[in-house]
Amino acid sequence: MSEGYRKFLRMKQLPHVWCPGCGNGMIVKALLEAVGELGLEQDKVVVVSGIGCSGRTPFVLDFNTMHTTHGRALAFATGIKLANPELKVIVIMGDGDASAIGGNHFIHSCRRNLDLTALIFNNGIYGLTGGQLAPTTPTGKRSTTTPTGSIDAPFDLVRLALGAGAGFVARTTSFDHKVMASLMKRAISYRGFAVMDILTSCPTYFGRMNEVAEPYDMVHYLRDTTSAMHDCTCGETDEAEDPVVAGAAALMSTGVFRDEAREDYGTLYGRKVAAAVERQRSAT
Amino acid sequence: MKSQRLVQGNEACAHAAMYAGCNFYAGYPITPSSEVMEILSYELPARGRVFIQMEDEIASISAIIGAAWGGAKTLTATSGPGFSLMQEGIGYAAITETPCVIVNCQRWGPSTGQPTKGAQGDVMQAIWGTHGDHPVIVLTASNVRDTFEMTVRAFNLAEKHRVPVILLIDEVVAHMRENIDWPEPGDLEVIERARPAEAKGFRPFAGDAFLPFGAGARFHVTGLAHGPEGFAVSDEAAAKELRRMVGKIMDRKVELAMADRYLLEDAEVGIVAYGITARPAQAAVDLLRAEGVRAGLLNLKTLWPFPDHLVAEVSERVGLIVSPELNMGQLVREIERAAAGRCAVRAVGRVDGHLLTPAQIATEAMDALRAGADRGMAERSAEGVRA
Repeated sequence: MSEGYRKFLRMKQLPHVWCPGCGNGMIVKALLEAVGELGLEQDKVVVVSGIGCSGRTPFVLDFNTMHTTHGRALAFATGIKLANPELKVIVIMGDGDASAIGGNHFIHSCRRNLDLTALIFNNGIYGLTGGQLAPTTPTGKRSTTTPTGSIDAPFDLVRLALGAGAGFVARTTSFDHKVMASLMKRAISYRGFAVMDILTSCPTYFGRMNEVAEPYDMVHYLRDTTSAMHDCTCGETDEAEDPVVAGAAALMSTGVFRDEAREDYGTLYGRKVAAAVERQRSAT
Repeated sequence: MKSQRLVQGNEACAHAAMYAGCNFYAGYPITPSSEVMEILSYELPARGRVFIQMEDEIASISAIIGAAWGGAKTLTATSGPGFSLMQEGIGYAAITETPCVIVNCQRWGPSTGQPTKGAQGDVMQAIWGTHGDHPVIVLTASNVRDTFEMTVRAFNLAEKHRVPVILLIDEVVAHMRENIDWPEPGDLEVIERARPAEAKGFRPFAGDAFLPFGAGARFHVTGLAHGPEGFAVSDEAAAKELRRMVGKIMDRKVELAMADRYLLEDAEVGIVAYGITARPAQAAVDLLRAEGVRAGLLNLKTLWPFPDHLVAEVSERVGLIVSPELNMGQLVREIERAAAGRCAVRAVGRVDGHLLTPAQIATEAMDALRAGADRGMAERSAEGVRA
């Protein structure tokens, strides 16, 4: 990491808790690059997390940071952003955090369209609790609670976010590090609710349970189970024909699935308040 | 002349919150608390403040905690099932010393129970509902004017002590209309959270001073056991912080205690009641006095930290304490503990969804007095036999 981004790290809180070979460090590097390149004011950035391996991210980040309860990071972030719209609020969740225990907050945040950036560190397993089944674990894969393989259908977080109405939806992997930071810049700059499903490697649990225990192999697993980058805004893909959206693919598509300008909740609320204050004034 | 208004408890609560400076409400509809949020959905935007309807009660408590760290004075209101869902969030507010107010309009439970019937079944949950030892303040109110004042007090205590404050009212107080003197600005004290002298070097968990995010210091907030800087600690350091956190509330027991007294000076029977039940209890005092029994009432407005000293004081002067509650006996355990055997304690519970009547409370008091007299006689004769 170049020296420029050291200022975003709480050096005293390092080393972090993640295992060797974990993909989360790559995501954090991209995030700090994105924040640096966007020139965000460090004092006005808030990073909110839930519980799990991803939840440990804000400990080492020198922003305003809040490590909340399992699944509720988006609800806490909603309060922070509405109370002080000047703050740039970035929410970090795990896949189980966002779509199992926090699924309700996730879909409602998608439809509400408050100006938040949701980064989902999706390792397809519950890492911090020791490798149990996640709602994103692919069918047939093993975990400590599906020792003979899962029969559950997994959530596709991109389709979930698209269906729930999020205005910006993208997916990338910790293997695709080079594009991750540029996608994050787009997600963070998006005015409204932006979702990034970031597939990341967990050699310790997902890998050891599923014959990809070596970090090197696990990174290649991410490469080999995803398809090339797409960008809906470049006319490269038609959403209906996208293998992920069409639901037919063995491979997970990566790229930008939706990037639509629409009025965010804060703007709408501001207008509502202005009208209410005016109504009050003319009544008195 | 003071203006008067005929309002419901829930209306008084909503307006009192704004009086106290509440500028953020997040909630989820539930009977019998919904009027609080309906009123604020209109009134808060008209004042340039924030109102948001969340997807559930878990989101509501989370949002008000987040908003507090965004710099807001925050409220949510709910009832039984919603209050149960909020417990984890209340624990987070407690360990992060977040000022916020939670109003629980109690209804008959458990589960869906009887949503439109009043009850006082959530007292122990309000005190102990979240897991682990934790600081919390629990207040209650027995009429509409009290509801206004205790809502303002709830905000004041949350601000002053950086703690979640729970106001327990019930379906009857929430929906009852009473004509009350409407407080003008300045009539009631409004306390704001203390700011640190300097933002730079602010330690978020080192005292009662509070700084929101984005105000010149960058710091970490977590639900993990943490030290003054906000970063995780364990062992003795964790114990030390927990003791400080709980101690800052429990050590202020006397300062936080609030109660009304009625004819207690010469009482031989003390009724210790709270909330809606304090009203039939006061009428029961009059009934007993008419029968020649010198009764008095201690109406508790602070339920936690439990005002041991006030109950102890009563127990030193009376032969009998009567504890009427709309539950099967919750606060009576605290009352018995505080009375410490100095007098008899009789629990009077009612759980059919209706209020205790003055006659019921008075009859139970008379019955307990007679039983006590019989027991006294039996004990004296037993003593005589042994002698």
